[in-house]
Amino acid sequence: MMIFTLARRELRSLFLSPLAWAILAIVQFILAYLFLSQLQEFLLIQPRLATIDNAPGVTELVIAPLYGSAAFIMMLVAPLLTMRLISEERRNKSLPLLISAPVSMTEIIMGKYLGMLGFAAIMIFMMTLMPLSLYFAGTLDAGLLFSIVLGTSLLLAAFISLGLYMSSLTAQPTIAAMSTFGMLLMLWIIDWAGGKADAAASGLLEYLSILRHFEAFSKGIFNSSDFIYYLLFISLFLILSIRRLDGDRLQR
Amino acid sequence: MENKKLLSVKHLSRFYGSLAAVNSISFHLNKGEVLGFLGPNGAGKSTTMQVITGNLAPSAGQIDICGFDLIDSAKQAKANIGYLPEQPPLYREFTVDEYLLFCAQLNRIEKSKQNFALTRAKERCGLTQVGHRLINNLSKGYQQRVGIAQAIIHSPEIVILDEPTVGLDPIQIKEIRTLIRELAQDHGVILSTHILPEVQMTCDRVQIINHGQLVYSDDINHLHQRMRSNSIILGLNNPPAETELKSLTFIDEVEVLSETRFRLSHALENSPAENIAQIAADKKWGLFEIRPEQKTLEQVFVELTSGEVIADEADTEKYNGASAA
Repeated sequence: MMIFTLARRELRSLFLSPLAWAILAIVQFILAYLFLSQLQEFLLIQPRLATIDNAPGVTELVIAPLYGSAAFIMMLVAPLLTMRLISEERRNKSLPLLISAPVSMTEIIMGKYLGMLGFAAIMIFMMTLMPLSLYFAGTLDAGLLFSIVLGTSLLLAAFISLGLYMSSLTAQPTIAAMSTFGMLLMLWIIDWAGGKADAAASGLLEYLSILRHFEAFSKGIFNSSDFIYYLLFISLFLILSIRRLDGDRLQR
Repeated sequence: MENKKLLSVKHLSRFYGSLAAVNSISFHLNKGEVLGFLGPNGAGKSTTMQVITGNLAPSAGQIDICGFDLIDSAKQAKANIGYLPEQPPLYREFTVDEYLLFCAQLNRIEKSKQNFALTRAKERCGLTQVGHRLINNLSKGYQQRVGIAQAIIHSPEIVILDEPTVGLDPIQIKEIRTLIRELAQDHGVILSTHILPEVQMTCDRVQIINHGQLVYSDDINHLHQRMRSNSIILGLNNPPAETELKSLTFIDEVEVLSETRFRLSHALENSPAENIAQIAADKKWGLFEIRPEQKTLEQVFVELTSGEVIADEADTEKYNGASAA
């Protein structure tokens, strides 16, 4: 209950600043452009596809790349969304309000995380309206679409948990944004080194790569290990954030 | 005074590295009183406030709030506290109503009572007119009041205000002091400040903290007595011999400050000022300054911190005797 109160406040604060609106608008615009150009491409090659047996459909050829681009854009946008979560409260010295209220550190962090997830849900919903609009013209591979949306949601949820932790480390939102971006990019490209190293190490790097686990979802493969990877990732950074916030009281 | 203890702090210490910001202090707060926490900047006032509100973990010691230990049952303990930090913890993008409603929810006020709590807090802090305005657009004084409203919205047993009048204009200061007196009727209030008049006007009991240690804790009246002066500064352009000054009525001692200025000590109950002015005029000493010395807060501190009182132990005793009689 208290978590929802905190989450609601977080979401409200977000929408009281122009940042949230700007991000929603710009992301939607870019994705719409990509969606339309991708769709046009598809329409051009559609006659040829019709002649092939078992040809890839619109879901594979239009929607999967769209969400691939969305994942990349969200990597750029997530740090901007999460940077202020805790660092701004530190800078404004408004944290004592939460800490001296009868709520636990866990509730504070979970509330903030949930509020940001609310925003992520709005963003993904807006994005998903585009593929859904294709139902007017034909049918989609609903299972694949669901898998892609689920993967994107998990990916964004993971981005946000990392951003929350980075925000809890500093009182400067820009530093939080920069370090979140750096970490995300590192996790994104970590498996590029994989091919050259020996097998065991490259396996580990591939496992760590945040993108690898997303790719399976975008092919419609639901692997419980990918799912667990994201859950572990999110839990890790939430727990670290709680500990960090608690650590504020202990030392300085 | 009712004797219900709301807060009791035992041997509280807080270290920053090897620096003891607060060193083994113990105190308590009763229902219906305003406890002034007085000290120079950096004495450990804010640290103490932060520790008893759970914003800083104590290095050692025990804090008991309305029967709940702050560490073991933090939630119940914190539910009984309203805290205004040095800088009011506001969400400036919210309106006053939105913000206070959030604070009410945060403090687990039942939904049906939230509106009542909101209205009451606004009334008490004089915010009724500005409920729909953005906090960011309010003046500093109003923001401070929103901070106080936030601290009292859930009618906590203990209200802790850390320097609530800093940066306000004299009228606002007066209003806030009145508010503090009102709050004391059904809450216990801890007021931290380094402004002496504030304590004199609002508090029932005073604690002075210096270098992390409690050096004084007593009724406000006793502090007033301590601050009363027993010397006057005298400035003469044609001063007579020191012995002549000393032979004046009521004068115990003469201290030469410069060629023309003297400090004359006297017993507290007899002021020699009128007499001296008369004589100085008659004998054409060229009187240009005569001023009873008011002890400053710093002097009281020095006396209190050094334990044994400087120079006028005897006088103090004499005075205490007089007040007892």
